[in-house]
Amino acid sequence: MKVETGYVAGVNGNLIKVDFDGSVRKNEVGYILVDDKRLKGEVIRINNGEVSMQIYEMTDGIKVGDAVEFTGELMSVDLGPGLLTQVYDGLQNPLPQLAEQCGFFLDRGVYLDAIPDRNWDFTPVAEVGDRVRAGDTIGTVPEGLFTHHIMVPFTLRGTDWTVKSIKKHGSYHVRETICTIANDKGEERELSMVFTQPIKQAVDCYAEKLRPNEPLVTKIRCIDAFLPVAKGGTFCTPGPFGAGKTVLQHMQAKNSDVDIVIVAACGERAGEVVEVLKEFPELIDPKTGRSLMERTIIICNTSSMPVAAREASVYTAVTLAEYYRQMGLDVLMLADSTSRWAQAMREMSGRLEEIPGEEAFPAYLESSIAAFYERAGKVRLNDDRIASITIGGTVSPAGGNFEEPVTQATLKVVGAFHGLARERSDARKYPAIHPVDSWSKYKGVVDTDRMEQARSILIRSTEVGQMMKVVGEEGTSNEDYITYQKGELLDAVYLQQNSFDPIDAACVPERQRKEFDRLYDAMMQTYEIADKKDIRAFFNQLRQEFLDWHGTEFETPEFEKQEKKISDFYMSKVVS
Amino acid sequence: MPNMQKVYTKIDSIVGNVVTVRAQGVKNGDLALVGDSYANVIKLEKDIVSLQVFAGAQGVSTTDPVRFLGRPMMVSFSDHLLGRIFDGAGVPRDNGPALTENLIPIGGPSFNPSKRILSKNMIRTGIPMIDVFNTLVESQKLPIFSISGEPYNQLLSRIAMQAEVDVIILGGMGLKYDDYMEFRDTLEKGGAMSHTVMFIHTAADPIVECTLVPDMSLAVAEQFALEGKRVLVLLTDMTNFADAQKEMAITMEQVPSNRGYPGDLYSCLASRYEKAVDIEGAGSITILGVTTMPGDDVTHPVPDNTGYITEGQYYLKSGHIEPFGSLSRLKQNVNGETRDDHRALMDGMIRLYAQYKESLEKKSMGFMMTEWDDKLLKYGELFESKMMDLSVNIPLEDALDLGWNILAECFEPNETGMKTSLIQERWPNKEALS
Repeated sequence: MKVETGYVAGVNGNLIKVDFDGSVRKNEVGYILVDDKRLKGEVIRINNGEVSMQIYEMTDGIKVGDAVEFTGELMSVDLGPGLLTQVYDGLQNPLPQLAEQCGFFLDRGVYLDAIPDRNWDFTPVAEVGDRVRAGDTIGTVPEGLFTHHIMVPFTLRGTDWTVKSIKKHGSYHVRETICTIANDKGEERELSMVFTQPIKQAVDCYAEKLRPNEPLVTKIRCIDAFLPVAKGGTFCTPGPFGAGKTVLQHMQAKNSDVDIVIVAACGERAGEVVEVLKEFPELIDPKTGRSLMERTIIICNTSSMPVAAREASVYTAVTLAEYYRQMGLDVLMLADSTSRWAQAMREMSGRLEEIPGEEAFPAYLESSIAAFYERAGKVRLNDDRIASITIGGTVSPAGGNFEEPVTQATLKVVGAFHGLARERSDARKYPAIHPVDSWSKYKGVVDTDRMEQARSILIRSTEVGQMMKVVGEEGTSNEDYITYQKGELLDAVYLQQNSFDPIDAACVPERQRKEFDRLYDAMMQTYEIADKKDIRAFFNQLRQEFLDWHGTEFETPEFEKQEKKISDFYMSKVVS
Repeated sequence: MPNMQKVYTKIDSIVGNVVTVRAQGVKNGDLALVGDSYANVIKLEKDIVSLQVFAGAQGVSTTDPVRFLGRPMMVSFSDHLLGRIFDGAGVPRDNGPALTENLIPIGGPSFNPSKRILSKNMIRTGIPMIDVFNTLVESQKLPIFSISGEPYNQLLSRIAMQAEVDVIILGGMGLKYDDYMEFRDTLEKGGAMSHTVMFIHTAADPIVECTLVPDMSLAVAEQFALEGKRVLVLLTDMTNFADAQKEMAITMEQVPSNRGYPGDLYSCLASRYEKAVDIEGAGSITILGVTTMPGDDVTHPVPDNTGYITEGQYYLKSGHIEPFGSLSRLKQNVNGETRDDHRALMDGMIRLYAQYKESLEKKSMGFMMTEWDDKLLKYGELFESKMMDLSVNIPLEDALDLGWNILAECFEPNETGMKTSLIQERWPNKEALS
């Protein structure tokens, strides 16, 4: 194929203008040749015969007249076995390998192979003469815990392809041709275990998209019971700084009941990624008994890394998620933070001198956010297996004010909203999800009617609490005061959860239901207690008993005993 | 390169601090001399080169000579830097000789996250509100949020004097001249100057140099850290840095995003703060910055963006570090190994202090005071005078003992909400108190 070339005509930050002859595609990848380096960039606009490229690297040292090579390929990632456990930057450069080659710093213009260079034990599934189309499995290799499907590239067009030859069971190199296919026109294609996939196109090799109706258990009570997330659904977590967005997301990454977790650290602190890197390999996934890292991929484009690659990083992450979904797995993709991604778009838009929208974000902010979240979903694949991608994004609103464009655009398209509140994190109430302001459109693990009733008591309790600030305890009726205490109890023993406690940190759904039912029962009783001091003492004691209950191992005699102790305790004060 | 020798004498435009000249073969980011002032290339458009003049374009003539040096902005690095004071462009301001050996580029590439390690060492400052309640950790990046008029520079110089680190780098941006002198005198008097390097931009200096100070400071810090040194970088005041960025962005006709600040303010601040690092097998960089909050508004774009970048913050208010709002995100990494009562005492004392605040509010609203409220009021006053006062200067262990003494003076042991085992071990003898 002929390589199109051009030369640099202007430099403005990470935006490069290029003069060219021949043909250039929008969003194709090009390289600027600087000294002995090749700096990667993407064509983002073609205007009056001049190409604007965003460069994924620092642009110092580029001069007018430097040569540019266009590849004709869209910005893509490599898909194949060996992706799990890896740590990539936003362009799928493996960071540990980069460190081996370049040392402490991220040298620009170094692009390494994302797929580990090794052999895999291949078992063919397709046979010679089989009709195949994009996304069909031709064979499998074992990748850690999973049977990794080797599939026909998702970008293959047409339904008239037939397997001409396929390798027998055996060990083959990942880049070796293992299968050839041909179509009715006689075109042939050689397939290895690896293929490339453009990151900004959603993969649609499935029969149909289904409604997300099965809860995705995160083992966080407040989410699973009150603000549930569904497999294939979307949720967002906006919050001011210091409210615990990242800690909450790490808890979800650790405890969620899914097959694969993809963490995209997009424009956030490097230190937090290091925590994941050091912690996850040590943690054991209770479901599989293996290290958590074996189900995890980390895409890490921290705040000091080039901003254009930050924009690409969320797409890289979601494309990897789609790849594993095509194998029939449930994937959770967590993006922290989508505001940084939106800001990357804003920086580029500013350089392009586009007419700015609200707070200088580009006019296409909303559609970009919507298109990204729409890549989540529960699907029925072509072979009838069910698989899903769930996307959760944090949002970092300026000034902690949810009225800003990124939060608002996100709220329009997600199925659950977990808003974090400064006043809750200041009071050390974790997770700091605001139980009244947040919402979810999905079904949770506890009975919906009962949950709604409990929630209405909580809302009423908050109102009484507000009122008490004005009139004092003296001016509040005993009945209202009890409602207030019931709401506080629900908050303290159900919505709050100690992520540092070995038992309380992860609460399985069966336990959640059991604890919720007991708490619900306690909240629905009418109590006969004479004065406020005794009411307070009663609820303090009840809270203590519940907290002690959280400390007992589920399905043990101690657990049963403590539950009995709780019910005996509150029943003694119930109006007969 | 041929253009290095060539002198261009026709400046096309002079707008703000930016001049343009027609030249060929010029690289983005390169350094140039406009007259005798340094400038760097910030934009290329065909043969039109935009240069930002460090000393400001005031008085620049269209016929002034422009010479391209063929290299980016650099700073000299060696042990000779120690004890020296420079301006934002790296020119000595202490009458010492200019340094030209071993030049290193500033604003270098980002550190590979996979080579970072989690730091486990605390930096002792002798300030109880830091050491006990929000421990500063090696490799942490932490700003002091403050309103103008608070003694933040005094606090910084105290920390600089007492912190157990190998090298201190002070980056001053928009400093008042007398603040600069005070820093210099304090460090000299305290004997810390011999391991200090200063890059000082005063309020009277050209604005472009202000934006160079963090990069110069951090480039030097990075080299010291790679040599195995524990480096503490003090940056004051980062709001001036952001304002300088704003001024330059607006003269460059960039679309402003929020209150006039450029859209890349977050990236601008992050790429500096993220230089804080603990390097596997080498030294570390800890960054303590000052961010003044215009109008005491934490939602102002500068403190707001900073808060999302840094690992916590210290609020400096009415002369002391506020216990609420102040946060060191990394304290968990170190305060488990200092002394067995550290965490429990920290939580317990803050919890009681929060209750004191509630009692105080009740009191001011005229509600009845109970016996418990009175105890809390006594506790709160003691806590503020003995712990929070910035002049208190004691090691962590003494501060913890002091904490127990304050508790014992105000409360019965079972009122403190501490674990019984800890109380038995640590509760001071009543007689020894008075």
